[in-house]
Amino acid sequence: MIDLLTVDFMQRALIAALLVGTVAPMVGIFLVQRRLSLIGDGMGHVALAGVAIGLVSGTAPVLTALIAAVVAAVVIELLRAKGRTNGDVALAVIFYGGIAGGVVIISKSPDGTPANLMKYLFGSILTTQRGDLYVFAGLALVIAVTTWALRPRLFAVANDEEYARAVGIPVLPLNIVLAVLTATTVVVAMRVVGLLLISALMIVPNAASQLVARSFSGGLRWAIGFGLVSSVGGVALSYPLNTPSGGTIVLLAVGLFVVTAVVTGVLARVGTRRHDVAETHAHEHGTLCGHPAVTHGDHVDYVHDGHLHAAHEGHYDEHGVHHDHPAEADTTPAPTTGSRP
Amino acid sequence: MSTETTPTTPTTPSPSTPGTAGDVVIDLHDAAFGYGERAVLTDATLTIRRGEIVAVVGPNGSGKSTLMKGILGLNDHVSGTVTLFGVPSQDLRDRARLGYVPQRHTLSTSVRATAEEIVSTGRLPRINWLGRLRATDRQIVARALDVVGLADRAATEVSTLSGGQQRRVLIARALAGQPDVLIMDEPTAGVDAANQHVLADVLDRLVERDVTMVIVTHELGALERLLTRIVVVDGGRIRFDGTPAEYTAARDDVHHDHDSHHHDIELDGHHDGLARGPLDTTRTDRRRP
Repeated sequence: MIDLLTVDFMQRALIAALLVGTVAPMVGIFLVQRRLSLIGDGMGHVALAGVAIGLVSGTAPVLTALIAAVVAAVVIELLRAKGRTNGDVALAVIFYGGIAGGVVIISKSPDGTPANLMKYLFGSILTTQRGDLYVFAGLALVIAVTTWALRPRLFAVANDEEYARAVGIPVLPLNIVLAVLTATTVVVAMRVVGLLLISALMIVPNAASQLVARSFSGGLRWAIGFGLVSSVGGVALSYPLNTPSGGTIVLLAVGLFVVTAVVTGVLARVGTRRHDVAETHAHEHGTLCGHPAVTHGDHVDYVHDGHLHAAHEGHYDEHGVHHDHPAEADTTPAPTTGSRP
Repeated sequence: MSTETTPTTPTTPSPSTPGTAGDVVIDLHDAAFGYGERAVLTDATLTIRRGEIVAVVGPNGSGKSTLMKGILGLNDHVSGTVTLFGVPSQDLRDRARLGYVPQRHTLSTSVRATAEEIVSTGRLPRINWLGRLRATDRQIVARALDVVGLADRAATEVSTLSGGQQRRVLIARALAGQPDVLIMDEPTAGVDAANQHVLADVLDRLVERDVTMVIVTHELGALERLLTRIVVVDGGRIRFDGTPAEYTAARDDVHHDHDSHHHDIELDGHHDGLARGPLDTTRTDRRRP
C-alpha cells in the first residue's frame, strides 16, 4: 500500500477516488428515492459527446463534458416537468444521440483511437492530470455542500412531489438542481470510474445501504461508507491487478452489495425467530390509552393485562409478564387475548 | 342548470363561529378547475370558515378531488375566483397554511425513512431556506406525532408501519406545518376497522383543538358525527351544501326505500332545492335494478 502511495499517478487517482466515493452516493440516494437510478448512465452518454468535442477542438475535455452534461440535465428535467407521456422516448433520443455523437466526433480527433475511448468509458487510473484534480476537488466540494444544504428539501420533493408542491416548496428548481448535481458527479467521476460505469457508483452503494439502514440519514451514511470502500479499494486493487479502475470499483461495490444482502438476510431470519409478537388489539398505546407505561431497558413498555407491550414496526412485541402490576397480571404466561379495559 | 349550490347558504353552517370576514379560510366564487383549458368541476361557490369540519362527498369521478386539488393549487384554475385567507389563491405565498393530507395507501418505500423524518418535511415551509430544524421545530414535530398517537414510533421506518399508521404519519406531517386548515383526501379509505377507530380518535383530538378540516371522502361512515357541514359533489358540480341534519333529511327523502349501500353519495343532483324535498320524482330514475 505504501508503494502505491509513492507512485505519482496513483496518488492522484486515489484522491480522485476519495472525492468520487463521497459525492456519488450522496447524490445517488435522491436518484434512488425518485426511482431514476438510470439517469446518471444517460448523462454519462451525453458527457461522452462533450469529451469528444473537447478532444477535437483542443479544449479541456473535462470542461466540455461538464457543459454537455449540465445542458442535458436541465433539458431532461424540463421535459419531465412537462409530463408528456413520451418524455421517456425524449430521454432515449438525448442519451443515444449523445453517445453516438461522441463516438463519431472522437474518431475525427488526432488521438481518437479506440483505446483512448475506452479510458473515458470505463475509467483509467493513468488519466487523472494534476490540473483535473483541482477541478474535481472544487466540483466535489460544490456537490457536497449543495447536497448537504438542500438535503431536507431534496428529500421532501423526492419523497412526495405532490405534497411538496402543495406546501409551496419549489419542486422544479430543486429537481433541476438535482439533475445538475448528477451531471457534475458524472464529470468528476469520468477519469477514475468512466462514463459508462459512474451511474453504478451512485446507485449500488445506496442499494447496499438500504439493506442495512433504518432511516434516511442512516442510509446516507452507510452509502457514503460503501462508496468510499468501493472507490478507494477499487483504485488500489486496479494497480496490482492491472485492471481498468472503473470496472474494479464497480465490481467491488457489487460484491459489497451481495455480501450485505446475504448477511442481512441471515440476520433477519435469526431475528424473526427470536421475536414474539403480542396479540393484536384495536387501540394504540399512548398517554391516553389507560395502560401504565413502564421503562424497560432503553424503551417504554405498556402493561396490558399484566404483559409488557413494546412498539415495534407496525405492531407490538410481547416483552413478558410485568410483576409490579399483579392486580392486572394474568395467570397464563402465553400472550393474552387482551381487550381494552 | 342553476349554479345555486344550496338552499341553506344563508344560514351559516357552523353555529359555533360567528361569520366575520376574517374567519373565512377558503372562499370560492363560480370557480372552475381542471387540466389545461378543460374544466372538470365548474360553478363551484363555497365558503369555509374557521372551525368548520366539512366533508366533501361524491362518487369516484364526481369532481370532488378536482375541487380539493383546485383549492391546493395542484391543478389548473380555469375560471372564477379562489380566495384563501382573504388573498387571491395565486398570490398566497404561505401555501403551508393549507395542510394537505394526500391519499396514499403506502408511503414511498424506495428508500428507508423514519416516521420522524417524513413528518419533519412538513416543517420545512416554516424554516429558512438553508436552515435546519431547531429545537422548537423538533418539538413541534414530536407533538404532531403525539397527536396522531405515534410518539413511540417516531424512529420506526415508515414502510414497516401498517396502512392506518402510515395515514396518520401523513396527518402528522401536515400538522407539523401548523396549518390553518387541514385538507384530507380519503383519510379512511383502505384502512381496516381497528385502525379506522384509532383514526377517528385522532380526528376527535383535532376537533377538540379547533382544527378546521375539509375531508374529501366517498363515504361518511364514522366521520359523520364529527362534521358541521356536508358538501356533495357530483357530475362536476356542487349539488348540496348543508348541515348533517339537513343532509340526513334530504338523504332520507331520497333513499327511504333505497337498497344501495352507497346511499351516502347518491344524493341526486339533477334538481335544485334538494332540501325542500322534490326528489321523490327522481328516485325511480336513479334506482338500480
